[in-house]
Amino acid sequence: MQAGVVSYGAYVPRYRITPTEIGKVWGVDGASMGASLNVQRKSVPSPDEDTITISTEALRVALLRGKIDPQEIGALYIGSESHPYAVKPSATVVAQAVGATPGLTAADFEFACKAGTAAIQTCLGLVGAEMVRYGVAIGSDTSQGAPGDALEYSASAGGAAFVIGREQVIARVLHTLSYTTDTPDFWRREGQRYPSHSGRFTGEPAFFRHVTECAKRIMDRAGTTPKSYAHVVFHQPNGKFPARVGKQLGFTDEQMRYGLVTPFIGNTYSGAALIGLANVLDHARAGERVLMVGYGSGAGSDAFDFDITDAIESYSRSAGALVESFLTGGVEIPYAVYAKFRGKIHLGGS
Amino acid sequence: MSIARFWRETPRRYNLGGCRCTVCTTVYFPPRVVCPTCTTHRQSLGKMEPFQLSGEGTVISYTVIHDPAEGFEMLVPYALTLVKTVEGPVLTAEVVDIDPHEVRIGLKVHATFRKLREEGKAGVIHYGYKFAPAVEVDGAPRPLPLPSPAGEPRAAGRATA
Amino acid sequence: MREVAILGIGMTRFGELWDRSFRELGIEAGFQALVDARLSSRDLGALFLGNMASGSLIEQEHIAPLLMDYAGLAGHHLPAIRIEAGEASGAVALHQGYLAVASGAYDFVVVGGAEKLTDVPDVTANRITGATADQEWESVFGATLPGLWALIARRHMYEHGTTREQIAQVPVQAHEMGSKNPNAHYRNRITLEQVLGAPPVAEPLGMLDCAPLSDGAAAVVLGPLDRARKFTDTPVAIRASVVTSDTMALHHRGDLTRLDSTIVAAKRAFGQARKTASDVNVVELHDAYSISALLALEDLGFVGKGGAGTAFAEGRFAMGGTPTVNTSGGLKAQGRPFGAVGVAQVVELVRQLRGQAEGRQVSGAQLALAHSVGGTGATSVVHLLERTN
Repeated sequence: MQAGVVSYGAYVPRYRITPTEIGKVWGVDGASMGASLNVQRKSVPSPDEDTITISTEALRVALLRGKIDPQEIGALYIGSESHPYAVKPSATVVAQAVGATPGLTAADFEFACKAGTAAIQTCLGLVGAEMVRYGVAIGSDTSQGAPGDALEYSASAGGAAFVIGREQVIARVLHTLSYTTDTPDFWRREGQRYPSHSGRFTGEPAFFRHVTECAKRIMDRAGTTPKSYAHVVFHQPNGKFPARVGKQLGFTDEQMRYGLVTPFIGNTYSGAALIGLANVLDHARAGERVLMVGYGSGAGSDAFDFDITDAIESYSRSAGALVESFLTGGVEIPYAVYAKFRGKIHLGGS
Repeated sequence: MSIARFWRETPRRYNLGGCRCTVCTTVYFPPRVVCPTCTTHRQSLGKMEPFQLSGEGTVISYTVIHDPAEGFEMLVPYALTLVKTVEGPVLTAEVVDIDPHEVRIGLKVHATFRKLREEGKAGVIHYGYKFAPAVEVDGAPRPLPLPSPAGEPRAAGRATA
Repeated sequence: MREVAILGIGMTRFGELWDRSFRELGIEAGFQALVDARLSSRDLGALFLGNMASGSLIEQEHIAPLLMDYAGLAGHHLPAIRIEAGEASGAVALHQGYLAVASGAYDFVVVGGAEKLTDVPDVTANRITGATADQEWESVFGATLPGLWALIARRHMYEHGTTREQIAQVPVQAHEMGSKNPNAHYRNRITLEQVLGAPPVAEPLGMLDCAPLSDGAAAVVLGPLDRARKFTDTPVAIRASVVTSDTMALHHRGDLTRLDSTIVAAKRAFGQARKTASDVNVVELHDAYSISALLALEDLGFVGKGGAGTAFAEGRFAMGGTPTVNTSGGLKAQGRPFGAVGVAQVVELVRQLRGQAEGRQVSGAQLALAHSVGGTGATSVVHLLERTN
């Protein structure tokens, strides 16, 4: 397959809150909660930010870095579980906001945290079949955990956009495959404000089984071993799960170094693995190989075997914010401000 | 604001699509059908062409608003500013991602994409431009220019206020 | 064009008039003016009514014939015309009435201004009055009317070194004047410290820098100057009536520290009347926000560019000043029923020129200037009034 990533961009909102600050409100030792999840801070969107604005910011960076004419985008898909509308696509707003309308197909994807990787696969198909010149896949979320729930310590906001094409590819997709079953580990019913989860059932039968199986299968198909890869990226609902699954599969901390971003910005859901991939691409060199295994509850994993090309040497990463700036930057806010920003305070009137 | 009324301005509000007078090259935002700069206005009728603003500009005045406009209630206090774009037109807009009391005349800013207001909990959501500091502030990253849609010139025209 | 005089004046109290309806207020001011002019309703030619937003504020359009009707004059089938120019609605109505009499089309007309702002919640009233700015390119992006004036204030401070304390002197003087005006919304005196310490609205402007939301109405009767003696011993001649306009949005102005519409209106008005700024004894000018008054003093030519803050703080425009400014208390203290303020300004100036401004009379007032602004200056209106003996 000659298609792959032509350009990319990431965006994470400016505000941060610490597990310690969250724990104070609920009478929980937030510091040890954060330590056990391996989450130091999580990002918080401003009240005027949502999946659409985050997606737009990320895609604008990608188009600028790749010097891509938005009118050449033939498909645009946004994977998210926090689309601002239940009915009405986020993708049309983003397409309009980057100047890609009207000659394109657009849709919103939902598959818990792996809707963004599913969008990449879809774009690879369209690009590979030469139906479109560029396909855009975005994974973006402003995820919410119910107040006091364990999820509240990690659920954050951010996203990344990937332009998929055949020309000037910086990360060629050598293989991609998926592993999908019906496993109800995490869900949000229609009309419900916060998601529900099945506690520890989200671990072994869900995240670990799917990620492990998917990783093994793609390495089988590619004829690779963990040693073949310079970098690996897993879905990262917290900092703990991806580290453990990586170790179980035989990857080293060094290989996971750039792909693991959740400890610094929290779990950006559909954005999580993709912001990790963006961080890897910020550092990757020509000739390196990258493995990414996403995961979405419900459940499924998408795996990608990338080969970094020579084109990355002339690619202008510095035309946009590097992921590093989001990992170290940001402004911490107290829980009260966080509660206001996230609409957790009941307002009077209509 | 009605849906159609907002919707018809989306190319401007989402993307800073302005116009330029082909007679005198002055750039306007929002677009105008006739150029106020040309000595005889009718000369420019039908001669205004689309022109994409880059989204780069400088704050020329500012205030911190405590009694908010509709849709800005959750953002109080917020920095309302006048931004002079590098192409010339001045825009009224909020500057975000900065402590509002840190905004100063001369601050370099860049267009960003945000929610402007919601028509209640069940209604449509309106989006559009705001601005953010173009330099790193409080560790927040540097925002970026809008991509220029195909075929639209980016060269700066004559400045206008 | 024949010369026009003001023959009668009338005005309700301004304030939060919970027990009074729009039509009651309008009729009270109109009748007062007719009685003051000793004019029979049979001699009336037309009504020009300044009103900004009755449709949104009281959900009633078509209000000019409504007031005619409840004044008992429906049977005369006279023209009754509403005029809208934001906060300058009343002043523009006066201009229209002036033209109607000057042209000879009518001999005697009533010019009214009326607004009822307290029948909606404050939030709604602020949204409606904020619509005098550009809804599409200012309000949608977070601008409020005080916010836009704050942008002007900040720029004035930046370019001309005007200080927050100087700006804050404006409402202090306004309340001092208002304390002597029985019709004023606010009759309490305030201190500089109170203005500086008030809750911020749009920095640097605080709550006491902003004129209130008031109910009220005002009216004048106009007629030909050469027949004025029949109706009054002290006719006041309208020596100039000028309306100007400018860009709707503040951000389209070349200079943020002045209102070109006001500068041009003043220049034209002084030209029409063959007078200069130094001839003026008493002024009612637009002070919806403290900074508005400082801008107006410069734009009208009473002080050089950038000098208003210092001059005002030195007391140059206080009682007996050159000129004396806003003896009514201005929009800040007398009150701000939007469509009525332009007419109320003229009512106050006629009192001054007649020597009837008890407790706040400017001695020997001969020439007066009224200045009204819509929004952030998309409309400006200047009238010059002179006592004729």
